[in-house]
Amino acid sequence: MNEQRKTGFSLAPWRTLWPVLKRHAGLIAGAVGSNLVLAVTDFMLPLIQAEVVDRFILAGTLEGLGGYMLKYLALMATELVMLRIYFACCMRLEMNSSRDLRDAVFVNLQRLSLDYYSVTSAGHSLSRVMSDTERICGMLAWRFPDIIWGFAYILGVFVVMSTLSLPLAVTLIVLAPVVTLLTVYFQRRLIALNRDVRAQHSKITAGYNEGIMGAKTSKTMALERKLCGEFEQTTAAAARAGILHGRMRAIYVPLIVLCGALAASATLLRGGRMVLEGSLTIGVLSAFTTYALSLFQSFRQQANGISQAVSQQACVERVAELMARRPTVCDRPEVEARYGDAFHPKEENWEPMRGEVDFEDVSFHYEEGGEEVLSHFNLHVPAGATVAIVGETGAGKSTLVNLVCRFYEPTGGRVLIDGRDVRERSQLWLHSHIGYVLQEPHLFSGTIRENIRYGRPEATDEEVEQAARAVSADRIAAKLEKGYDTDVGECGDRLSTGEKQLISFARAILVRPSLFVLDEATSSVDTQTEQMIQQATDTLMRGTTSFVIAHRLSTIRQADTILVIDHGRIVEQGTHEELLERKGVYETLYTTQLSAQERETGKA
Amino acid sequence: MKKNFKQKARLLAHHLRPAASALVLGLAAVLAGTLLRTLFTQIIRFTVDTVLMGETESLPAALAGLDVGRLLALACGLAALTSLAQFAAGFAQDASLPVGSERFVKSLRDALYSHIQRLPYSWHVQNPTGDIIQRCTADVEVVRTFIMDQMIELVSTIFLIAVYMAAMLAMDVRMSLVAMAFVPGIVLYSALFFKKAASRYTECDEAEGALSTVVQENLTGVRVVRAFGRERAELEKFRKKNEHYTNLWLSLGATLSNFWTLGDLMSMTQVLCVVVTGVVLCVRGELSLGTYLAFVSYTRQLTWPVRSLGRVISEMSKAGVSMDRLLYILESKEEQPTENPIAADLRGDICFDHVSFAYEHKPVLRDVSFTVRGGGTLGILGGTGSGKSTIALLLARLYDPDEGSIRIGGVDLRQMDASALRRGVGVVLQEPFLFSRTLKENIAIARADASQEEIEQAAEAACLSGAIAEFRDGYDTVVGERGVTLSGGQKQRTAIARTLLTGAPIMVFDDALSAVDAKTDEAIRTHLRQAAGDATLILIAHRVATLMRADEIIVLEDGQIVERGTHEELMKLGGVYARTARAQGAGAGKEATAHE
Repeated sequence: MNEQRKTGFSLAPWRTLWPVLKRHAGLIAGAVGSNLVLAVTDFMLPLIQAEVVDRFILAGTLEGLGGYMLKYLALMATELVMLRIYFACCMRLEMNSSRDLRDAVFVNLQRLSLDYYSVTSAGHSLSRVMSDTERICGMLAWRFPDIIWGFAYILGVFVVMSTLSLPLAVTLIVLAPVVTLLTVYFQRRLIALNRDVRAQHSKITAGYNEGIMGAKTSKTMALERKLCGEFEQTTAAAARAGILHGRMRAIYVPLIVLCGALAASATLLRGGRMVLEGSLTIGVLSAFTTYALSLFQSFRQQANGISQAVSQQACVERVAELMARRPTVCDRPEVEARYGDAFHPKEENWEPMRGEVDFEDVSFHYEEGGEEVLSHFNLHVPAGATVAIVGETGAGKSTLVNLVCRFYEPTGGRVLIDGRDVRERSQLWLHSHIGYVLQEPHLFSGTIRENIRYGRPEATDEEVEQAARAVSADRIAAKLEKGYDTDVGECGDRLSTGEKQLISFARAILVRPSLFVLDEATSSVDTQTEQMIQQATDTLMRGTTSFVIAHRLSTIRQADTILVIDHGRIVEQGTHEELLERKGVYETLYTTQLSAQERETGKA
Repeated sequence: MKKNFKQKARLLAHHLRPAASALVLGLAAVLAGTLLRTLFTQIIRFTVDTVLMGETESLPAALAGLDVGRLLALACGLAALTSLAQFAAGFAQDASLPVGSERFVKSLRDALYSHIQRLPYSWHVQNPTGDIIQRCTADVEVVRTFIMDQMIELVSTIFLIAVYMAAMLAMDVRMSLVAMAFVPGIVLYSALFFKKAASRYTECDEAEGALSTVVQENLTGVRVVRAFGRERAELEKFRKKNEHYTNLWLSLGATLSNFWTLGDLMSMTQVLCVVVTGVVLCVRGELSLGTYLAFVSYTRQLTWPVRSLGRVISEMSKAGVSMDRLLYILESKEEQPTENPIAADLRGDICFDHVSFAYEHKPVLRDVSFTVRGGGTLGILGGTGSGKSTIALLLARLYDPDEGSIRIGGVDLRQMDASALRRGVGVVLQEPFLFSRTLKENIAIARADASQEEIEQAAEAACLSGAIAEFRDGYDTVVGERGVTLSGGQKQRTAIARTLLTGAPIMVFDDALSAVDAKTDEAIRTHLRQAAGDATLILIAHRVATLMRADEIIVLEDGQIVERGTHEELMKLGGVYARTARAQGAGAGKEATAHE
């Protein structure tokens, strides 16, 4: 879809990538150099083949054939060696530079703050890391040397022809601008038509998406016939676009062949006359016809190569843009010097964390000029206390948690941990002391054991199992054939949501956090799992400073402070009893929750 | 295996039918083009031998008298004409093959789409959408490439070899043997190579998949990565996979490099052999110069097509897998139309008569019986897994009951036409799907003839008009995949509006207000009866407030009706319903007083 934007070639985004790519400058030189030699052997070959005509056939002698064969073999050997060098250089260049570029993009992604992730889909970033880098490096490694080869070859052919016979060469040279004009004209048209083809293609994919994902709805509404009719229109439009593109190509490609063939005919006529006059040998003439037939094909290839290179400019821009992006939350140099960065921590300088949290006159808004979510907010959370945050879906409950975890920084005031501004210590220090459980649990490919161990890789098997037992996750492992060594699949897809939740609890408890953040699940899990999760939560929060985005009643009741959020603002604050007294938003929320809760218990 | 091959052949044959004329024309043009290319080479040969070397004895009588200059002009004119004809053939080929390709793929795509639309509800529940979409897009492309690129290339190359071989044999048998000697070797070599390389390509693909998974999990789990401070470990994990993937490709690259160089060596040796043999024969006077040049030209023109032939052959096997994946969809059984359907009065009574239903051997409904008077309202209360949604699915005949029967106006659903029934039973699902088009089009999706006024009325009744007014483009706001993302509540309200607009005689609301806030919920419910006109309503919910004004309420638990009656009767009964009502107490009480 991004291809839709019109691009011209510009070097600026390349400059951003160059620091990564320049490591492979030697390979680039090798690829271009060997390809230049190949261009020479390529345009020399017809000449050497033509040599036999004059030297042996017309002379009627085999004398020197052995020497000629040696020359031919030498050319062959050069070509083969250069081909190998070219291939090795390009292959290495492509693979090594794309490895490094991927690495650089990935590293930068690890540094970027969560504001980037909140507005960018994972799919978008994924294609930057994977496909865009590959295209850029593919272009650098193969397309770029080929374009240079093309120029060298065309130039070489003209030079060789001119030295062989200038008058005959002129016949071909005058055609060159014509072919160039034709090529430019058609290439433009083809690019535009190709864009249509791709746009139609994505419409078809969208059509399938809709037809398949919406199948249940269209079935209940008996829309099948209508949708089929619409889809047939889409496929018809796609077919039309494809045929139009094909038709344009059908003129262009044979036209270039025609130019070559006409040029060869003209050469034959003019050259033939020269041969009859005795001013040209048949051998040279045969070389000329060979050149004439193949020369204009390289014009076409050249145009194709260049236009593809230009069309990939968009990839370069996208990757360059991502690479140039800097995190909005970053550690100050003096902090980094003492505590280390995300990849090189200096754990020897890290203080332990008690878990006391203070919000001091904190103001916050997500977007520049956006609505203030927090305004001069103050809150003291003693170590070991529980803060519950409640409110309607989408009311902005995550903000406080985002600030405590320093996923975002306050726009005014400061957040203190153990009495010191969070910005005085590194992000990694903070994060290493946090136990975090997400509402939609996220696991990684690998075994259950590996997933529990995620936050503390040095934990022993015994510790892992202990953590699992503490939150009843051991039952999941017990059910499975390979126990803790069962592979959970991509993103833990082989487990149910409830099971993933329990494992993410075990993962959090294993790091022995000083600060515990929990986004409670509302998703419907069965009652038994629900109870297990409940117990796990209680276990985790005991004695640990906890921030809980709460949906469940018991957590709310026991919390030391309850914050009620509405439309992104804190509207009420206090303990359970205090808030019930006020008969405000909390009281309403509480009663609806209560009824749901009691219905569940009534059923059980 | 044999049967499977037949199925694939039938699949291809069926969808190739609309493409047949274009393909035949295209292939004829390919053949004509090949013949013209041979002719061109022969003209050069004639020019060299007869005109330039002056061997005029083979000249036809009509031309015998012409002088050399005329003869040359004639030959070159003929060459130019051949070029023009070649252009025409090239045009015919390149213009008709895409037509064939597009017609083929259109036929296949349409067939898939309409088949998918006609597959039963249960099929859609069982098959993951991502996989099906993948089959319909990527696998279709593989099959298209197979037919349009690989098969055509195969046929063209075979034409080329056959025509050139005939031309060469006609000129000189010994030279032909030298020129063709390498062809079987090169084809076989590259076919075997690519067959062997295939598994390594797969290995590379898998490594790429693994790398991509690491990145994706890292990106989607970014909060977990950060909150646990695991950036360094993630980078190590990434680097390991990145290195592995790169190394696999580099090693495959080395093999490929060997292959290409060896292939080049073979074709260059072949040319050398032709040149040397030709020179020797020419000098001995056994071969003319023109013929020699023609041989060199043929050999050169054959090199690339022959070399890619092996690759094409080995790649063709991929298409089989893709065809299997398409056949899986196309061979799935469509919903069967009812024979001699009876048109029922959908305004009549709805009657569930001892209905039992199991889904994947798990009983969902057990011996459920109830009757709803035409134009009346039934409320169904039940928790998750009570089977309440299944009632809606059965009523729209998305499933048939295992035991018992369902009748509307006295006619068994199994005797009705499913589409007609579904048009008359408007089901609003809890998670409705909106189509990628404007809000207006979405609301009017099942009634294209609706006026703007009717649409606005429906939106008003579903409490949607306020939200629509907030959008910049109002009713013309595009929603869904490629447009504005609506909240769950807005989606539900749009779905309600579109069902209300159909004016269906039966409307089923299956937890259709679960994502709507309490105030709006109440407002919709107040207007629902009026907006639905004299339609029979079935309301399914877990909130008592939603159901309390129904003529009859049934309470489902574990697929069985445990209580039934009016709100008052059930409250008096003091069972599940009353307990639930009390639990939701404050709200329900307030409401009752507010509206009564």
